[in-house]
Amino acid sequence: MASFKPTKVQFLPKLGEKVTEETLYWKNYKSPVQIKEFGAITKIDFSPLPPHNYAVTASTRIHIYGPHSQEPIRSFTRFRDTAYGGRFRGDGKLLVAGSEEGLIRLFDISGRVALRQFKGHSKAVHMTSFLSDGFRVVSGSDDLSCRVWDVPSAVELSSLTEHTDYIRALAPSKLNPDLFVTGSYDHTVKVFDMRSGSSVMTMQHGHPVECVLLYPSEALLVSTGGRYVKVWDLLKGGQELVSLKNHHKTVTCACLSSVGNKLLTGSLDRHVKVYNSSYKVVHNFDCDASILSMAIAPDDEALAVGMTNGVLSVRHRRHQKDKEMLTSRRRRGPSYQVFVKGKNFVPRQDDFLVSKPVKQYLRKYDKQLKSFEVSKALDTALQTWTRTSKPDVTVVVIIELNRRGTLKNALAGRNEESLTKILNFLLKHIFDPRFSRPLLMVGDIVLDLYQQVFHQSPVVERLLQRLMEVLGREAELQQELLQVLGILDTLFTSLTPRKEALAAPPVAQESQLQAA
Amino acid sequence: MVERSDIRVVRCGGSKVNLRPPIISTDSRFVLCASGDLVKVYSTRTEEWLHSLQGHTNQVTGIALNPANHLQVYSCSADGTVKLWDFIDGILIKTFIIGYPLFAIYVSEKHEGVLFLHVSMATDSKNECFQLVAVHPPKSAEQEVEAKEMSVVSSHISSNPSCTAFGRGGEYIAFARRLQLNVYFFRKQKTCSFSLKATDKKGAKNAFTCIACHPTDDCIATGHEDGKIRLWRNFIHKKEYTYSTQHWHHNAVNTLCFTPEGTHLLSGGIESVLVQWQYGAGNRKEFLPRLGGSILHISASSDGQLFCTSHSDNSKSLSFKCLFLPMLFMLSGDAVLTDLMIDPRSIALVLNGKPGHLQFYSLLRDKHLYNLDIVQQEYIYEAGLDQFEVVKAAFDIKGSWLATVEERGQKSSDLEFFLKLWAFDERTQSFVLNTTITAAHTDRIISMCFSSSEETTMLVTTAEDGQFKAWCQGADADTQQDQNFWSCDFVGSYHNLKPTNCSFSADSSLLAVSFQEVITIWSPETWEMLTTLCQPPGVIRDLCFGRLSCSKYLLGTTTRNLLCCWNLLTCALEWSSSVEVSKLQPDPLSENVAAFSYQSKHTDLFVFKPSEPRPLFTNKNVCSEKVHRAVFVPREEPLNNCDESSQWLNRSQLYFLTQNMDLLTFSTATEEDRMLSSSKQLVIDDSVAVTPFYLLLGKHRQQQQKLNTQSHPAADKPQQPQGSVTIKELLHTPAHVLPAASVLCSMFVNSLLISNTGVQEEMDSEKEEEDSEEEMEACDSQQELRVQGSVDEVTLKLSKAQERELKRVRKTDFSWMAGLIDSKP
Repeated sequence: MASFKPTKVQFLPKLGEKVTEETLYWKNYKSPVQIKEFGAITKIDFSPLPPHNYAVTASTRIHIYGPHSQEPIRSFTRFRDTAYGGRFRGDGKLLVAGSEEGLIRLFDISGRVALRQFKGHSKAVHMTSFLSDGFRVVSGSDDLSCRVWDVPSAVELSSLTEHTDYIRALAPSKLNPDLFVTGSYDHTVKVFDMRSGSSVMTMQHGHPVECVLLYPSEALLVSTGGRYVKVWDLLKGGQELVSLKNHHKTVTCACLSSVGNKLLTGSLDRHVKVYNSSYKVVHNFDCDASILSMAIAPDDEALAVGMTNGVLSVRHRRHQKDKEMLTSRRRRGPSYQVFVKGKNFVPRQDDFLVSKPVKQYLRKYDKQLKSFEVSKALDTALQTWTRTSKPDVTVVVIIELNRRGTLKNALAGRNEESLTKILNFLLKHIFDPRFSRPLLMVGDIVLDLYQQVFHQSPVVERLLQRLMEVLGREAELQQELLQVLGILDTLFTSLTPRKEALAAPPVAQESQLQAA
Repeated sequence: MVERSDIRVVRCGGSKVNLRPPIISTDSRFVLCASGDLVKVYSTRTEEWLHSLQGHTNQVTGIALNPANHLQVYSCSADGTVKLWDFIDGILIKTFIIGYPLFAIYVSEKHEGVLFLHVSMATDSKNECFQLVAVHPPKSAEQEVEAKEMSVVSSHISSNPSCTAFGRGGEYIAFARRLQLNVYFFRKQKTCSFSLKATDKKGAKNAFTCIACHPTDDCIATGHEDGKIRLWRNFIHKKEYTYSTQHWHHNAVNTLCFTPEGTHLLSGGIESVLVQWQYGAGNRKEFLPRLGGSILHISASSDGQLFCTSHSDNSKSLSFKCLFLPMLFMLSGDAVLTDLMIDPRSIALVLNGKPGHLQFYSLLRDKHLYNLDIVQQEYIYEAGLDQFEVVKAAFDIKGSWLATVEERGQKSSDLEFFLKLWAFDERTQSFVLNTTITAAHTDRIISMCFSSSEETTMLVTTAEDGQFKAWCQGADADTQQDQNFWSCDFVGSYHNLKPTNCSFSADSSLLAVSFQEVITIWSPETWEMLTTLCQPPGVIRDLCFGRLSCSKYLLGTTTRNLLCCWNLLTCALEWSSSVEVSKLQPDPLSENVAAFSYQSKHTDLFVFKPSEPRPLFTNKNVCSEKVHRAVFVPREEPLNNCDESSQWLNRSQLYFLTQNMDLLTFSTATEEDRMLSSSKQLVIDDSVAVTPFYLLLGKHRQQQQKLNTQSHPAADKPQQPQGSVTIKELLHTPAHVLPAASVLCSMFVNSLLISNTGVQEEMDSEKEEEDSEEEMEACDSQQELRVQGSVDEVTLKLSKAQERELKRVRKTDFSWMAGLIDSKP
């Protein structure tokens, strides 16, 4: 005697997104913590020292936040005008920032007042940074010059005016204290060598450059500007390696994850995109407003994104520990030990084994199907929770009833309430390509069964009206899609060289399948 | 000397076992059932096929135990003979020649020496008029006896043998025909008949379908077409009869059976539920659901412990009260939709089994191995319901992948089908579902095949929507999951023509897909169409590539009676011949190709090599039906026939399925000789149940085998087999032939002893006395000690030469004796 075979709920994969290890990695962030600042956040920088505090430059102040604090643990507010580009030194003890008025200020992390002020720029300084030796500061300004300052004496060491437009991007080399890269609105990226006192390499980005970034090996350079992200190979003399166009608005910032050097870019189109090593987008973070700045903590512990509306959103990485905490709190009922008790007992060789029949647990609708209670099974499948959160279960029961030839019996003899339930379900899911076939059949049967009595209930009548409208619209849409496909087919045939056999591209085939 | 091997067609099972009810022997050890022209004997405990009773030349139509001797069985056949067998040893005892085709046999304890037989009315058999005749087989010592002495009992009986039953130890016989129930009383020589109306108010169909009589009570149970069971009582008086009705089955009752004590009534129908009604307790009943196909026959053993049900899907199951022993015997299902296939791992024949299953059937052992559930849905036993059925299946070359197509809605307009791919799981040794593809094509899949290369597996399906698709195991770098699922790799079509067949070449460097009259050749690596071949009149039906040395040839058959062979190097037609080929089957192990052709109502077989236009072997009139499915099964060990005409059977065997669902094969003379010699051994010996005695001896035998395999000192090696031989002799010789137990005992004990012949050889002849005493050691070790002591005493007064002798004796190893002494308590 075979046991009852429960109805199998088919798992139908959704088209499009593929689950990869990378997406899993990047999905493993908690929901963002939102911190409101006073103005647009133009720069975020993580301290290289643990516990990896981060400096947020917004409006006239720079706040320093701890890794898990919602409130700033320190703030520098002595700016008369908008502050720009707050950056830590390599040892995390000093911070440098430019400002709208052209002054560059140097702060001690523990102090409040600026240790040094570098005067010289005539216009706003958007970018400042320490060179890797830690004794010099480089700055890029709107007065088209790029200047290097000596920290101990606060004097200007040199001024480079090779750019012909605002300098809005700067990246010092970490391996060589005399090298740094600048990007400017004149569409160029230049590599400067302090030893020669001039640029040694110039690359044409083609758009105003918003951000430049060096890979840790410093063989690759990333520049963003316009909708483009370009990667340059410095060892090949600044050859363009790849040009990415994944955003549909200006790409404002870019950073590298410390695990595996994955590139992240943020844009005014409110998306942060994560690329894999072959520069394919593997993940996408959505934000509420246009993104101006972004930084990622060492070990990818946290991702901080600054936006135009002054909101700083910080996503922390989810850890295994947190998960366990959550599950342990949620646990109810008997412990794991209760279930595995005696399960791992291994009988000895001459033990006499009495096998206990394994009890088959069936779902409620399966039990009802087993005893041929078809109407009840459909009722169970149409329960609110199943209907809303697991529509595939409902559809599977409908398919099973149809296979048994009892769908009509199950749908017959229903009152207004349950009929509304069914019609609402149809309205919601009839266009889902996974469910449309069985649901159209249900619609047919319902129409056949209740044709005579529809007018008695205004509610049902209204639902049917809606169903009709929606179906009409969908039919029109399908027709249009087929027309488009026809046009595309002619295009494809004219494009492909004349050959006996025509192999249509699989993509078109799939869309055709869906359309049908 | 060249052996003259004669090839002949052999029926190798596959025929139905559900035509007539099976019977269980009185000791409940064997189940006998009629299958084709054989009577098959199965063991109830091991559920294995033991042997067949062979001798009838036509369908066996009935079997009945001889009431005078419970070890004998009568069988009747459509060839007009009744045979009496000893079914344990499979010996034919007697043959009674009746002369008319027989359709059923009944016997009764009360009428000893009388056989009741169903005979078709001699005048016009088309009218379905059957007679029940009583035959008194004459008593004579001859093997073949003509029994002409017949007396007609009744001439109004139904063609269905389950509509006739003996009641109350043979006092009366009840038979039903359409709407009439007749009871014939032997003592009064009188027939009472009762009839029902054709329909009653509720539209019930009252026709009788089966009948059973209570063994001790005057009660007849009848089953009806609408699912009712009526229990008739008091039918001795024609006017005052009564009946009660019970209704559970929703379709016709196929069979009824009383348990031997008469406490329960069993009924079965299409629902595949065995219903057990308590006799005399009204509506109280128990159910045993989901037994398999619809139940056709039930029989109970004499002790009422075992029930045997036979099902429409040609399986049999044994049920034991509540405990259930699934026991699936042979089969080929009623409708084989898939091709015949061979599982490359188990060399089992694979075809449709239970509804929604594929069955794996071992041809070597004629045993059903297992059913693989393909559809994985509850099967609803209801007449006229459209169910999912497995219509296509294919194995890849290593047997690690199985592809199946299941289909529903062949009749109605909306067709549903699934393409499923199964991976072989080493741990569970069965196939596990890997991928289900719901909408593989927009229309029905016509054919599919796996690529035959070892490295990459690829599946190609062709469908009625004018496309063929190639499916690959998704080697996606991004999705780094444990399991790899299958996805579509390529979609191809040719001028929107409907593809008919597809085939991969032996090294799977080429794929041939036939579109109506055109064959297209593709390269699976680049998916480029290489060339097209066409032979205009007729649509291509079958397609196959040559193997081994003939791999440059492509063979195709068309509907217009043409068998073509193309040379792929020149892309030209090599030869063609006008044969109506219904099935083309290449042998995977050789160049040979078998073609079945159906012409003028009989099937011919041609075996040929694509390179030679002359066939290697021709067999005219293989069978009278069309052959649509055939398969080459690789042999376990190749035969070495030198004869040219049978050489093609050396490496593999050809099995084919006719339209009547008979599985046939070809056998050669050498093979038959081998079979005969092996069947001379006692067959039952191996497959009887595990008894305590068997356990005892079996354990002993196993130990001995273990000992044999270990590397022992050369001394006791030859001794071991001798012991087992003795035991074997003991067990195989009949008890009355054996000598007295006292004689046997010493021989038996001797055989178990570890003798030290090696040591003895070193000893001198002087020690002969000791040797003789040594033989007695086993009986008495005390004596042994004393003997040794005396030897020591004597040596005190011995000469030098004798002393030297003694030293040698001392040096010899007597440690075996210590062990012997220790073992004594």
